[in-house]
Amino acid sequence: MLLQEAAAAGPHPLAGTSAEWIWLVLALPLVGAVINGVLALITEWHPGPFDPDPIHTGEHAVVPSPTLVERAERTTPRLMTVIEGHRPYGQVGPGDHGDHHDRGDEAGSHAPPARHPFLPLVSIVGTGVVLGAFGVAVMAFLAMLRTHPEAPFILRYWNWMTAGSLRIEYALQLDQLSMLMTLVITGVGALIHVFSVGYMRDDAGYARYFAGLNLFVFFMLVLVLAANYPLMFIGWEGVGLCSYLLISFWFTEKANADAGKKAFIVNRIGDAGFLIAMFLMFWNFRSLDFGPVNQAVAALPVGSAVVTAAALFLFLGCVGKSAQIPLYVWLPDAMAGPTPVSALIHAATMVTAGVYLVARTGTLFAAAPAASLTVVVVGALTAVFAASIGLKQWDIKKVLAYSTVSQLGYMFVAVGAGAYVAGIFHLVTHAFFKALLFLGAGAVIHAMHHAYHATGRDDDAQDMRNMGGLRRHMPVTFATMWAATLAIAGIIPFAGFFSKDEILGATFAQARGSLLARSTWLGIPGSVVLYAAYALLVVGAFMTAVYMTRMMLYTFHGPNRTGDAERPHLREVPLVMLLPLVVLGVLSVVGGWLNVPPLLGALGPVGLLDRWLHPVVEAPAAALAAGRAAASHGLELTLVGAAVLVAAAGIALAAARLRPARLVPKVQAAADPPGIERALAHAYYVDDAYDTAVVEPALFTSKNVLYRGLDVGIIDRVFVIGVGWILPRTLGRIGASLQTGRVGSYAWVLVLGALFVLGAFTLR
Amino acid sequence: MPLFYTFHFYLFGIIAVASAIAFVTRKSPVAAALWLVNTMFALAALYVMLDAHFVGVIQVLVYAGAIMVVFLFVVMLLNLGQASDLADMRSRRGRLVAGALGVALAAQLLTMLRARVPALPPESRVPVNAVAPVAENLFTDNLLAFEITSILLLVAIVGAVVLAKPGGAREDASVVAGGVAGGVRRGREAGA
Amino acid sequence: MIAESLFFSSILFVIGVIGVLTRRNAIIVFMCVELMLNAVNLSFVAFSKMHGAAGQTFVVFVMTVAAAEAAVGLAIIIAVFRHRQTVNLDRLDLLKG
Repeated sequence: MLLQEAAAAGPHPLAGTSAEWIWLVLALPLVGAVINGVLALITEWHPGPFDPDPIHTGEHAVVPSPTLVERAERTTPRLMTVIEGHRPYGQVGPGDHGDHHDRGDEAGSHAPPARHPFLPLVSIVGTGVVLGAFGVAVMAFLAMLRTHPEAPFILRYWNWMTAGSLRIEYALQLDQLSMLMTLVITGVGALIHVFSVGYMRDDAGYARYFAGLNLFVFFMLVLVLAANYPLMFIGWEGVGLCSYLLISFWFTEKANADAGKKAFIVNRIGDAGFLIAMFLMFWNFRSLDFGPVNQAVAALPVGSAVVTAAALFLFLGCVGKSAQIPLYVWLPDAMAGPTPVSALIHAATMVTAGVYLVARTGTLFAAAPAASLTVVVVGALTAVFAASIGLKQWDIKKVLAYSTVSQLGYMFVAVGAGAYVAGIFHLVTHAFFKALLFLGAGAVIHAMHHAYHATGRDDDAQDMRNMGGLRRHMPVTFATMWAATLAIAGIIPFAGFFSKDEILGATFAQARGSLLARSTWLGIPGSVVLYAAYALLVVGAFMTAVYMTRMMLYTFHGPNRTGDAERPHLREVPLVMLLPLVVLGVLSVVGGWLNVPPLLGALGPVGLLDRWLHPVVEAPAAALAAGRAAASHGLELTLVGAAVLVAAAGIALAAARLRPARLVPKVQAAADPPGIERALAHAYYVDDAYDTAVVEPALFTSKNVLYRGLDVGIIDRVFVIGVGWILPRTLGRIGASLQTGRVGSYAWVLVLGALFVLGAFTLR
Repeated sequence: MPLFYTFHFYLFGIIAVASAIAFVTRKSPVAAALWLVNTMFALAALYVMLDAHFVGVIQVLVYAGAIMVVFLFVVMLLNLGQASDLADMRSRRGRLVAGALGVALAAQLLTMLRARVPALPPESRVPVNAVAPVAENLFTDNLLAFEITSILLLVAIVGAVVLAKPGGAREDASVVAGGVAGGVRRGREAGA
Repeated sequence: MIAESLFFSSILFVIGVIGVLTRRNAIIVFMCVELMLNAVNLSFVAFSKMHGAAGQTFVVFVMTVAAAEAAVGLAIIIAVFRHRQTVNLDRLDLLKG
């Protein structure tokens, strides 16, 4: 039975349990965001253009005029002494830097960095709310384990709008899928919050950071817990907003602000698709709740135009949010934000919202095989495309960014092919090891920054050519990062192996005679598409192994290129940052046990996740898989073995061919040789192409057509000047001309008036 | 209606209209005034032919005999007798437009007339003695208006005298009022 | 006869209107106004033939008022002439706005 059909038989088994408190999971991060936001506003309230570090002298910095700085420093001390009664934050000494930038470093100093005055309170509130939310989520999870509900538990809070036949409520839906997502978001989110306490300690915008992060968690939870499309859209847009706020966290550098803008604008393109899909759904199904829409879709024949269109537009939203081709361009630029932000938003949670959406609306995609195949095609292409770019990136975060895009492609291939459990499984394991990778990169960058600060050098702390041999200085980070690398490469028994292998296996199996294989995509048979996708994914797996090993080699192995003066300052990060790394490392190792395939049943309990998600995704998965040939034991074993072999080959090739010793620090490095290497390094020049084809014409149109032509030319000239100035003067002149003061002209008017009045009588 | 009557009716009507046209088109004010007097004579004849003998006589006595005389007095007083060398009439364009407006007005009036005016009843209701009915109406139904009109005339006289005094209107109207009151007293004494 | 009287009355009235619009001499304009009043008198008299003596009564009143008005109006014209030395209506535009 379709889960989303509301089982009207009696009250829901979860009613009255601790699952009723699920709203607390939303409320806590929101309260945290508000509190941190208020604390941020209190401290960062200056008159005039705000610069968190007025002394910053970087290339693109916005430095307020001296008078403004003076005014700020005069006002803020008064305010701060009123509020705090101690040394105010605004007064920084010369050469102090209040924040770390991930793009270059400012002129060094030897003074201790300024800390946020409310740091203890913000730390406790910021991490406490997310940990509390995780606690509530765990309680609800235990309740679900106890009661095994088959139908979603819908909690309606109040009515948002009723317009005609449309009724939208603030309603939360708790079923197995949203429960799983909630646990991942709050759990991994809590770990990242803890990491941020250490990472952002010396940043002046500490409270603002945590406000944004808490707000993000809130919106993400709204997204996964929503019971209808509009509420989910609120969360969808909200995470886009928080992503913008956090990417451009150090907005005083133009590049960071531009990155935030780019992320938001590209996301909006996808959001338009989401909106259109909602319009289509309302127009045809007259409802926007998940249950009624699924019921309406079930009544339509498979492959109908309406469902296909709605699914494709939803997928457009996913392409924007989850950075697939062609809307992935914002994700590499989003590395301008603080590294924990990249870990949380651009690895573990926000970008996976698209995958969640496809899984949630599985009924639609299952009823539109053409749309599912489109998802597969896009996902496969993206997986390979992004992996190839990752082969030639020097910035450690860029490598991870393209890796994220590539892994998202894997997830989309899975949910596109109807293997929803596989896709969600990879989502969960990817959250573990990608967050770990990003946090580890953050630890590395933190250590590099620390070393550069100590010696006063201004160099790129993120470029791998400046690193090397860090395993001697940061052993714990080194170990956890290797765990994550093995996981992402797909080496047994790490987490990524199980999930990636399940995707590959499901794709291959689906290609053998299932409903999806029998459908066509633009004339190409579905089986061809699925086999091609499988091949691309294998190639992608090889490339993943290669670039991840490359990253590890250049960063942790070989000689250290940071510099002789800096080397003594390279040390392991503090405990508060190590703890999340270790926890995530453990999860990356054991996470695979969430869904052991029956083939490897000897290793542990089989198919836990399968059984957990069964009520939610079984129907659409079965619909797409209908009629496929069963895979023999031998075939499955071959596939598994091939996957592991490919991964191992990639690692071996990278280890053999790449010589970290041959690298030189970034400032001495030569430009990439022309040809394929340079193209990869510049990401196939896609950004430049977008610039020329889309951005420049848009700016040109805005400036010349819309601004000069429409705004100034027509509106200002015709309406403002014309109506406001010319028209009254003209009318005034006409009116004044009637006041001659001469009796003769008054007589004329009199007679004319009499004529008009008589005319009313005669012409009646 | 007998032919004699009709013929003369039309005759005096045409004389009135022709005199009016002549009046309007004269350059000299004196000539214009005299043509207007002629118009009034013709109108008096028309009144008599319409059995309003009293009104006809009054027309000649008051209008033609008093009012037009006052006009002529003023013209003479201000020495405006000659045809003025200033352009007195408007330009040709102005005259054409005025004529067009006049034609339009006439058309409207005549249209309204044609729609509404019934024919004369076979017997006129005004009795042969043409003064008595007027007197009766004037002194019974409209007595109040009559008295007020007399006060109006008084006011007009006073006002005219005050306005036209050589020194201007500011000077003691009280002196004038005193003079008038004295005259009234003398008249009462004479009458009592 | 009434119809003809009214016809003549209308014609005379219109001639008076044309005169007011065409002439610039104040006295002549005044006399045109008198002409208009006479035209109206004629129509009153014509109607009194139908409806009784009230029409003629009204004619008496009209004449009275016309007399008063003529007296005062001419006095004004004299006063204005003393100040402005002209009776050309186009020159008397102190109320020009």
